[in-house]
Amino acid sequence: MTTAAIPATPARIRAVPAATRRAGLPGTLRSELTKILSVRSTYWTLLAQVVASIGWAVINCAGIVSHGIGPGFNAAQASLTGQVALGELIIVVLGALVITSEYSTGMIRTSLAVMPRRGVLYAAKAMVFAAVTLSISLVASFVDFFVGQAILSSKHYNTTLGAPGVLRAVLLSAAIMAVFGLLAYGAGAIIRHSAGAITSILGVIFLIPALAEALPNSWFADVVRCLPGGQALMPIASSSPSVSNHLFSAWGEFAVFSGYAAVLLALGAWLFIRRDA
Amino acid sequence: MIEARGLTKRYGDKVAVDDLSFTVRPGRVTGFLGPNGAGKTTTMRMILGLDRPAAGSVTVNRKPYAELYSAMREVGALLDAKAVHGGRSAYKHLLCLAQTNSIPRSRVDEVIGIVGLEDVAGKRSKGFSLGMSQRLGIAAALLGDPDVLMFDEPVNGLDPEGIRWIRLLMRSLAAEGRTVFVSSHLMSEMENTADHLIVIGRGKLIADCPIAEFTADGAAQAATVKTPDDLRLAGVVTAAGGALERGEADELTVRGLSAEEVGQLALTNGILLHYLAPARVSLEEAFMELTADSVEYQAKTGAQK
Repeated sequence: MTTAAIPATPARIRAVPAATRRAGLPGTLRSELTKILSVRSTYWTLLAQVVASIGWAVINCAGIVSHGIGPGFNAAQASLTGQVALGELIIVVLGALVITSEYSTGMIRTSLAVMPRRGVLYAAKAMVFAAVTLSISLVASFVDFFVGQAILSSKHYNTTLGAPGVLRAVLLSAAIMAVFGLLAYGAGAIIRHSAGAITSILGVIFLIPALAEALPNSWFADVVRCLPGGQALMPIASSSPSVSNHLFSAWGEFAVFSGYAAVLLALGAWLFIRRDA
Repeated sequence: MIEARGLTKRYGDKVAVDDLSFTVRPGRVTGFLGPNGAGKTTTMRMILGLDRPAAGSVTVNRKPYAELYSAMREVGALLDAKAVHGGRSAYKHLLCLAQTNSIPRSRVDEVIGIVGLEDVAGKRSKGFSLGMSQRLGIAAALLGDPDVLMFDEPVNGLDPEGIRWIRLLMRSLAAEGRTVFVSSHLMSEMENTADHLIVIGRGKLIADCPIAEFTADGAAQAATVKTPDDLRLAGVVTAAGGALERGEADELTVRGLSAEEVGQLALTNGILLHYLAPARVSLEEAFMELTADSVEYQAKTGAQK
C-alpha cells in the first residue's frame, strides 16, 4: 500500500467561469438586494410604514383644518410628524429582521460559508437595507408633504417646498428612517434574536423618552435633546430653524440619532466578525 | 484538500474537538465517522470558518477558509438542509448565493436541473420535505462547481431512493477528482460509499485509514464454521482463547481466532468441519468496537433489556 496513491483524475471541464476578481462587496450587494426583495416581510413592513406615514399626514392635517392652528404650528411638521414618529417604530422591525432572520432560520451559516469575509457581508447587508429604506421613505416623505399641504391649503395654512427649511425637513424625515433602521440592524446583530432585538429597540426609542418625561422638569429639559426618540425628533420634521430652546437644530438632532446608530452598528459589526456563527 | 492540524474547540470547560489532525485528499470519498456528539459538526464548522478554533488550524486548498479567493468555487458545503430562509423561493435562495461569488444565473438553472427541483424552484422552501430541502442544500453546494465538497449527515431522514441518489452523487464527484468529505454516525452508510475513513470519538482521532484496512483488522480475528461436532469444537476453541457463538442456521462464529487457526485446531483434534471461512466483520461491528469507549451518551445497561 503506497501513501502517494493520489489517483490519476481526468481534467474536469469547469461548469462555472473562473473568478475574475476576489469575491467581495459588489457581488454581495447584489446578493443582499435579491435577499431583501425575495421575502414577504420586506413588502409588508414597508407597506405598513408607508400607510402609517401617509395616513397620519392625512388625519393630522385634516384635524388642523377643522380645529384651527395653535401656537408653534409648522406646516411641514404637520405633514411629516407621522413619518418620523410612527414610521420609525415600524422600520426598526425591518432593520432588526434583516439580520435576525438569518439567525432564526440558520441561513447565516450558508451566507457566511459563501461569503466568509464577514465585514463585507455585514456592510453589504446594512447598505442594501439602508438604500431600500431610504428610497421608500423618500417617496413616503414627499407624498406626506404634498398630501398634507393639499389638505392644509383649504385654509391657506400650507407651505411650499421652496420655503426656507421645508426641503430639508422632507429629506431629513426620510433619512431618519434609514438611521433608525440601521440602529435596529446593529441591535439585531448584537442580540441575534428577532423578538429580543425588536423589543429592546422599541424599549430604547419609545419607552426611554416616555419615561424621561417623568423626570423633574429642569432635568428633563437638560436631557431631552439627547434622548433617542420622543421630542428630539420634532426639529427633524419641522422647517423651523429652532423648535425649542431645549432641543438642537434639525441637523443637530439628526447627528444625535446618527450617533446612536453608529455606536450600535459598530458594536454589532465587532460582534458579527468575532463571534461563532 | 482539507488539512487540520491540532484542531481544538472548547465550549466552556467541555472539549468538543481535541487536538484533531487529519488530511482529506482529493479523488476519493472520505467518511467522517463518530457517534453523536463526537465533534463532527463542530469540526466541519471550523473548516468553514463559522467557528473559531481554540487552538490549531485548518486549511482548505492550503488556505484558511476566509482567505479563499472565491469560496464557492473552491468549497461547497451542506451542513444543515434546513438552514435556509423558508420564506424565499428555492430559485431566489440559490440566486442570492450565486451572486456573492459572481456565478452566472445560468448555473443556478443548471444545478436545479442536476438535483431535480425544476418543478418547485419557484416555490417557497418552507413547504419542502426533508428530501427536497436536502436536494436544495446539495444544489447550493454544487453552485460554484467546487473542488472540495462537504456534507454533514447528508442522508439523515432520507428515503432509500434519496440515499441511493446521494451515494451515487458522492461517488461520481470523487471520480471527477474532487475532495468529498462526508460525515455520518452510521457505519453502514459508509460501507458502500467511502474509500477512506476518519473516525473520531469525544473529539479525538480514533482511526484514519482506508476502509479496506478498517474491516481487515477485524476479519483476521473471526471465522465462520459448520461442524457436526460443535461441542468438541467449542471446547477446543475456548481452550485456545477464542469463543464460539451460534450463528444463523447451523453456522457457528468463532471470535478471537482466525480461520487459519480454527482449521489447524480442527485438524490436530480430528474434528470434522463442513465449512470454514474468514468472517467478514461488518464495518458496523468494527466501528462499535472502536468507539465503544468514546460514546458521548451511552445508554445505561440497566435501561437495556
